[in-house]
Amino acid sequence: MDFGFRLSPSSAVDLDKVNLALYDRLAELDPGIRTCIGCGSCSATCTSSAYSGMSVRKVLLALQRGRMQDVEKMLSNCMLCGKCTMVCPRGINTRRLILNACRLYDNVEEEV
Amino acid sequence: MIYQGKQKIWSDYQKEIPDNHWFYVRSCIRQNFWPASEKYFLVICRDMLGRDIFESEHHTTCGGIAYHCDTIPQETAMTIVARQFALMTEAGYENLVTSCITSFGNYAEIIETWREFPELEARIREDLWKACRREFKVPKYLAHASDLIYKYRGEIAERAKFHLVDKQTGEPLKIVEHIGCHYSKMFPHKGVGGAEYPCVLSGMVDAWGGEVIDYPERRHCCGYGFRQYHVKANRGYSMSNTYKKFESMEPYHPDAIVTNCPGCPFFLDRWQYVIAEQEGKTYGPDGHGIPALTYEELAGLVLGVDPWDLGLQVHQVGPELLLDKMGVPYDPAHKYDGLDEKALKKPGLPNVLKCC
Amino acid sequence: MEYIAVIGGGIAGMETAAQLKALGLEPVLIERTEALGGHVASWHCLFPDLSPADKLIKDLKSRLEGVEIQLGTEVASLNPLRKGYSLVLSNGKVYPCRAIVFATGFTQFPAERKEEYGYGIYDHVITNHDLEGWFNGNGDSRVPEAPKAIGFVHCVGSRDIKAGNSQCSKVCCITAIKQAIEMKERFPKAEVYCFYMDLRLFGKKYEDFYIRAQRDCNIHFIRGRVSEVAETIDGRVQVKAEDTLSGRPVRVPLDLLVLMAGIVCNPDNKKLSDAVSMPLDDDGFFHSWNNVVDITRSDRPGVFLAGACTGAKTVPEALAEARSAALNVYQYLKGSK
Repeated sequence: MDFGFRLSPSSAVDLDKVNLALYDRLAELDPGIRTCIGCGSCSATCTSSAYSGMSVRKVLLALQRGRMQDVEKMLSNCMLCGKCTMVCPRGINTRRLILNACRLYDNVEEEV
Repeated sequence: MIYQGKQKIWSDYQKEIPDNHWFYVRSCIRQNFWPASEKYFLVICRDMLGRDIFESEHHTTCGGIAYHCDTIPQETAMTIVARQFALMTEAGYENLVTSCITSFGNYAEIIETWREFPELEARIREDLWKACRREFKVPKYLAHASDLIYKYRGEIAERAKFHLVDKQTGEPLKIVEHIGCHYSKMFPHKGVGGAEYPCVLSGMVDAWGGEVIDYPERRHCCGYGFRQYHVKANRGYSMSNTYKKFESMEPYHPDAIVTNCPGCPFFLDRWQYVIAEQEGKTYGPDGHGIPALTYEELAGLVLGVDPWDLGLQVHQVGPELLLDKMGVPYDPAHKYDGLDEKALKKPGLPNVLKCC
Repeated sequence: MEYIAVIGGGIAGMETAAQLKALGLEPVLIERTEALGGHVASWHCLFPDLSPADKLIKDLKSRLEGVEIQLGTEVASLNPLRKGYSLVLSNGKVYPCRAIVFATGFTQFPAERKEEYGYGIYDHVITNHDLEGWFNGNGDSRVPEAPKAIGFVHCVGSRDIKAGNSQCSKVCCITAIKQAIEMKERFPKAEVYCFYMDLRLFGKKYEDFYIRAQRDCNIHFIRGRVSEVAETIDGRVQVKAEDTLSGRPVRVPLDLLVLMAGIVCNPDNKKLSDAVSMPLDDDGFFHSWNNVVDITRSDRPGVFLAGACTGAKTVPEALAEARSAALNVYQYLKGSK
């Protein structure tokens, strides 16, 4: 029956239910990615960010919250210039992170 | 759950509730949603328990809904409220008891605002005098009608004809208690038991033999949220909040919900129908819902009032399973008889939710 | 004989008394409880090196040889004399004192006052203090045998005007990280979450400790203040917060929730400051003569302050202030001869 309104989908993230397979594998390859403090230096310096919505900060957060679709979309806009790696205060090899993520992406998605 | 911890909090939030002589103000929407509830508040307090509760036909809305929907300024609400206080003063009463939770919150907020800003109270006195030549005293005590039923819960238990106990198994019934947001979330010290673990309703349930369910979304709003429900495009939000509560209470298999707000029982009752139609989901046993009652209806059942006199037929979710469990007798043939046996007409049945 | 009164037998008071003795003065150390060591004595180990707290207390005690110590007694009155004060204790003892050092420390914020977190109500909610007790081997039925998920709530009763304490308690961020690492080491399979507003990791070696928590222990840091805690049907605690970085609400069921109860003033400060006609700061801590130049000097001649009685302090800060206060007393007596 159509009432003219519906249940609104919940935006809440259940931390105990998120799929961390890709994030955990990436952290295994480079534990340094866990040291992100979300400062936003990477996205502030990103050549692509302002036009495409790419942000390494958001990629890492989306990986930690299991939001895979957001990750895929953002990664496709990276130009691999490496500026984010140069500015990271925690010395995270963001370029390697992006390459690893792209390499792993298909496999993990199949598991999902 | 550490029960002693809750008791400790409750002892910090006990409010003084005088035993007798109250000026009663009704609720705008309860008279339409659950008209028998207000009637039975008076019947229980006056006729059964012998208290003096006075009401005046001259009282109006408190302006609470308009104030919370942002359609009138607070000064207007204050002047309306000042007039109710004047009616109380003229009738010779000092204690005000409200049927509506939003009125209760509105009165409490206004009294508190005047305490902080006496110049505002002086202005409202002047406005009221100009508008209708009335003068008033601020109530000595302000209570919500559920505070009084809470206070009389022991007396009601002594006179109980039925208990919140499964007659077959002897087990206490599992009752979800739901407090209206404006009861104690604005001023925790004005509600019995405070804001986080209120005991005004759980105290009744305990006293009448039931077992209170504390589920994860217990504190969450019923979903009414004035500006959400009143705008049709936003009703999905309203229902989503109710849905969240039902999903959270479902694993506990509650037998009933008891509420002390005009809106909460309405939304907790009616949205079960809409959720069933849209999602095919029901929360009671075998396709039934969970009855959502007012505290007066629950008290009335305990005291042996006929369920149809209490108006349980106007609920979307049928009360029959609960009545059977408690052992309350009822005649299905008279379910839709109104006052003086005037036929209320039998409503159509929902597609999904089983109603009797 | 003329004494120097040191009020409070926590680490600041103990160190002050030891230094005064070493400077050739005659301190009398007053402690309300039956044991020296204050809050630190009930701690298990200390950030950032995980050094044992009992060793620190033992070392401090060993340097108190020859110091007059009065345990289980309180200040009954402090009466001004021509030079100094007459200190009367609740056990009847009277000491003429040339100078006073307040080292009255702090009180832990009563976590049950944040009612929505359910301390004392839900089965698996404890405080930072309770967890140290458990580390020390005191059994605690609230700590489950094999927790799968553990949460830490930062800023409980700190930076919270509604809770009556607008100050940062300074030590809780690093304590949460320390305790999170210790729990992860005891329960390697558990997921550990820290819910924070800001991480304030200012001290020597703290940032290294933070990186260790992130990189080596995979502790999840969620930037968001916990809004409410509830109990689930299987007796776990469900935590709700906003993940402010992603702008979404998060919720997670946990087997243990640790509340980082903050540092608030000692309520006795009022009585003591009144006795020497000295003002308190608005937050109830002692008022220093100057918060930059010398925090251990008060506005009153002959009255000095050491440790957390002027605000939240780390252990090394409290000890350094104790030494500074002792030197101030020494200079003061030399100048007033």
